[in-house]
Amino acid sequence: MSHHRVEVRDLYFSYPDGHEAIRNMSFSIYHGESVGIIGANGAGKSTLLMLLMGILFPDGGEIVVGDTRLTRKTMTMIRQRLGMVFQDPDDQLFMTTVRDDVAFGPRNFGLEEAEVEMRVEEALAQVGIPHLIDRAPFKLSGGEKRAAAIATVLSMKPDILIMDEPTSSLDPKSRRRVMELLKTFEHTKIITSHDLDMVLETCQRVIVISNGAVAADGNAVNILSDPELLDRCGLEMPLSLQNCPHCGCSKLSRDRF
Amino acid sequence: MQNSLHQMRLLDELARRPNSINNLHPLTKLLTTLAYLVVVVSFGRYEISALLPLVFYPVILLAFTDLPIGEIMKRIGWTLPFIIGLGIFNPLFDHQTVSVLGFSISQGWLTFLSIFIKCVLTVAAGVLLIATTGMDKLGSALRMLRVPKIFVLQLLLTYRYISVLGNELARMLRAYSLRAPGHKGIKREAWGSFTGNLLLRSFDRAQRVYAAMCLRGFSGDYHAGRMNPPERREMIFILGWLAFFIAARIYDLPAWLGSLLTGVIS
Repeated sequence: MSHHRVEVRDLYFSYPDGHEAIRNMSFSIYHGESVGIIGANGAGKSTLLMLLMGILFPDGGEIVVGDTRLTRKTMTMIRQRLGMVFQDPDDQLFMTTVRDDVAFGPRNFGLEEAEVEMRVEEALAQVGIPHLIDRAPFKLSGGEKRAAAIATVLSMKPDILIMDEPTSSLDPKSRRRVMELLKTFEHTKIITSHDLDMVLETCQRVIVISNGAVAADGNAVNILSDPELLDRCGLEMPLSLQNCPHCGCSKLSRDRF
Repeated sequence: MQNSLHQMRLLDELARRPNSINNLHPLTKLLTTLAYLVVVVSFGRYEISALLPLVFYPVILLAFTDLPIGEIMKRIGWTLPFIIGLGIFNPLFDHQTVSVLGFSISQGWLTFLSIFIKCVLTVAAGVLLIATTGMDKLGSALRMLRVPKIFVLQLLLTYRYISVLGNELARMLRAYSLRAPGHKGIKREAWGSFTGNLLLRSFDRAQRVYAAMCLRGFSGDYHAGRMNPPERREMIFILGWLAFFIAARIYDLPAWLGSLLTGVIS
């Protein structure tokens, strides 16, 4: 299943103002992995996602998806394999109905209308909002918008799902629903977030980015329970791993894992 | 501002309601509206009575849809200042008088009335076309007419950009008003930075929307789904209206009806 592999090799990227956002970054993500990319604000997470999707192009190094190197020529083909859910669902929902929004990708890839319709229904059923098919996106709640935004990507049947802050601005119930939804996906997942509890629940592996470089890469529980590493990278341990605020009792000592 | 955005979205919502006119093929409505516009503007400056039967088209469309008449009238009302501005000087420059129904009236007022009726009818037809079709389907119908995709895309993206701009403006106005209690509008000193900021923010947002489109395979073609060619009943709709428009253009129907009635009575 090499076509589901994402390899980032010696990546460099600077913005036109000279700010070096990504420095000598390398990692590989394999088929079926669920990887959380975490880091403080300005660490380079969003830039990395834009580089992975071919919205930006690196100054040095390369990105390989499957066996194909990401270039302007291969960009369209690679974008069919990678589906990205934006942080703000309003950026992703621009048509007049949820149906048209979810159908936008499949139609652009030239699928037959019957196939498009089937994919729309499938994607909406998968995210649990088939009843909102004819609703205007601007009339949806935050959680519904997020689900619709995920459906717009699922309808393209990507091999790899990339999500930028999938639980930001959601109420606790909606956040829980999105987390449960993420767990049901069998795709290779790359999730950036500041919601480290969500990362802990949905990702087996975590890559910590600090100042544009990989500061740590490994098992999610090991990394997210390392307070020194997280503190060095401008992060905090997930609340679910922090000691009890009342008695100081360590959660890690309770054989949680 | 939020109200303006709501008004704009209302047209899209109205177009999605299932009814006999909304369900018609977009090309049918587009062609009928184009024919209507051509016929309306082809009338001479003093041909007012002959123009009147064309009122039937928007009236019948309104009757067969469940469009809120008030909302449609409101949109036509927004254009009234422009219409009045276009024709208000006619009575000042054209003093010659003519006799209408036994009354002596200046030709300037006649031409003003003619401009007024034509503008109201054409605006009404345009608003009804959008309110019964929706912008996306209208774009598809334009493409079926072989209008170059760059123009259609420009039209559709501009329509989308207005709401992006409107959303950013609404947010900025809210933030401004919360920190400027008692101010009416925006202080003149803040106009420059406010406009500049609005432009940059809306560019930024538009770029994100564009990136989201590109990531889902957008390459310059705007697909609104497959459209079958118009059916028989839709052809009857076009041909029926065309026959009526041509009849209204060739014959002075009110005068003919008037003479018919007076003939019957006498």
